[in-house]
Amino acid sequence: MYTLSKNLKLSAIIFMVVGAVLFAVDYVMLPKSTADIEAMEAAHGGGHGDTAHEVDGGTHTEKGHSTEIHGESNHASGVAHGDSQLADSHDGDHADGGHVMSKEEHLEHTLHQYQNKPWSAIYIAAFFFFMIALACLAFYAVQYVAQAGWSPLLLRVMEGITGYLLPGSIIMFVLLALSGFHLNHLFHWMDPDLLVEGGDKYDKLIAGKSGYLNVTGLLIRAAVFIAGWNIYRFFAVKFSKNQDEGADNRWHKKSFKAAAGFLVFFIYTESIMSWDWIMSLDPHWFSTLFGWYVFAGMMVCAITVIAMVTIYLKSIGLLENVNDSHIHDLAKFMFAFSIFWTYLWFSQFMLIWYSNIPEEVTYYITRIEDYNLPFFGMLAMNFVFPLLLLMNSEYKRINWFVMMAGVVILLGHYLDLFNMVMPATVGKSWSIGFVEIGSLMFFFGLFIFVVFSSLAKRPLEPKRNPLIEESKHFHY
Amino acid sequence: MAHSVIHAIYTDDDVLMNAVKEVKKKHLHINEIYSPFPVHGLDKAMGLAPTRIAITAFMYGCLGLTVAIVMMNFIMIEDWPQDIGGKPSFSYIENMPAFVPIMFELTVFFAAHLMVITFYMRSKLWPFKKAENPDLRTTDDHFLMEIDADGQNAQELADFLVTTGATEINLVANEEA
Repeated sequence: MYTLSKNLKLSAIIFMVVGAVLFAVDYVMLPKSTADIEAMEAAHGGGHGDTAHEVDGGTHTEKGHSTEIHGESNHASGVAHGDSQLADSHDGDHADGGHVMSKEEHLEHTLHQYQNKPWSAIYIAAFFFFMIALACLAFYAVQYVAQAGWSPLLLRVMEGITGYLLPGSIIMFVLLALSGFHLNHLFHWMDPDLLVEGGDKYDKLIAGKSGYLNVTGLLIRAAVFIAGWNIYRFFAVKFSKNQDEGADNRWHKKSFKAAAGFLVFFIYTESIMSWDWIMSLDPHWFSTLFGWYVFAGMMVCAITVIAMVTIYLKSIGLLENVNDSHIHDLAKFMFAFSIFWTYLWFSQFMLIWYSNIPEEVTYYITRIEDYNLPFFGMLAMNFVFPLLLLMNSEYKRINWFVMMAGVVILLGHYLDLFNMVMPATVGKSWSIGFVEIGSLMFFFGLFIFVVFSSLAKRPLEPKRNPLIEESKHFHY
Repeated sequence: MAHSVIHAIYTDDDVLMNAVKEVKKKHLHINEIYSPFPVHGLDKAMGLAPTRIAITAFMYGCLGLTVAIVMMNFIMIEDWPQDIGGKPSFSYIENMPAFVPIMFELTVFFAAHLMVITFYMRSKLWPFKKAENPDLRTTDDHFLMEIDADGQNAQELADFLVTTGATEINLVANEEA
């Protein structure tokens, strides 16, 4: 039985407080009006775009690339992105695929990006930890359905991590609802003016999608998905508790059936969730592979977190039946899912790069031009690093090696999410500053607190799981 | 020089495993064990060194990747950089996504095939090779442990092997070795 130590509780709270303070400090400093933007850009000497990507790298907003968002949506997004034709000078108007932006419009546009910055930071951090809990639940269900003999010792660890699912998904729902009530402008398609035919901001493409992309629909879908996942989580935990106290394997069989049903539900809802919550940030862009791609990233993170929590619990003297073969198996999953993620990333990227269809390729052009380092950096962190580090069978048994690989993988997938969300919401005005780090720290603290409180609720080893003996003697 | 070995035959892999441990305890040298199927953990019990074939495979994979890169860089970029459907053939990196499928496949191809060939060479397997069965039954359901009998009391050794569960013991004078 694990008890939440005071130190851990305190550190989690410190993380949350420091995160919130960092966030607040940076939030206050962000430009609040077009005058602020003007002053900021003047202070940087009317810069030539490609200098540092810093917190206040405001000079980047020049070329107006993120055409899918904010006020320029009246032209097809694909036209705009031939970089060379765009005016590079700072003063005066610049052409953007035929749409001329005046200085006022430019300032307005940049201001909108800055207003999105804190919201995007919260959104990414909230989704990052939520997706860990959700994918962990999927992995947990897979263990039941596959009748895995190696993993029953880790089932309670997984149940603990999925403890974050309820708070995490509620936070996600609230964030989506706030966007729906126009408290922020993360989702461009939520702007009702876009649908007014003949209006100034009329967007034919978005109007055509409004049968699916509307706030009511989004919130209903989100509510159904969140309810479904949490109901499965509730019953999975309940059944495993009953199995511990029961006299036969009735509850285990129920867990098996529930897990099989959940996995079918999960793969549909996860796919739709990824369109709703992430892909619709770029409402002009679409990719059929996107659901799988998000899924692969989620799985890597979840398995990594399972491995890290297991190693931590083992290191403080709990989980004495877990041996290095269990860690080895988890590390194999980390390795294999990292490669699976890369496979999907590359499949999506290469197909779009190769065919070079304007309406699709803008997605990658904005990312490569404006997010070069995070875009390729996360590829190195999520692919090259685990590939080389976790290939050796011996290394997969060394705890600190797995921990180190895990930290890099988690940071890499945070960046991956950053690359999915930020270009659509803040465009060139991105940075990894206090708002981003602060919100990441806040949710990290919350995640640690919830997960370890949830772990402390039940004994760490299932008592009457039919496969527990095999798991105790698991040896690879 | 006359060279003699003892062949101890077992009919069960569990018995064989225990026998191997017993023999190891006595510091007798096991020349070879013949088995119809892989016995899990036998190599560990015998104290065989772990295989290095995975390391060779990794190096072959690196070789394959290099071959792919050098080949396509020469053909597509250096030798005749044509404009094919607007693909940028100014430098290797610009056109790299198009080459990745080939880079991947050649890496796998080299790693797999060269590793298999390495395996054949190291374990001396080839067509028309003369089979080395000391006893035909070892390909079906018997296990055979071959122990050096030189300088040993053959009778004493045979008695000891019977206690480990051997069902049949043969003293073989091996002239070739």
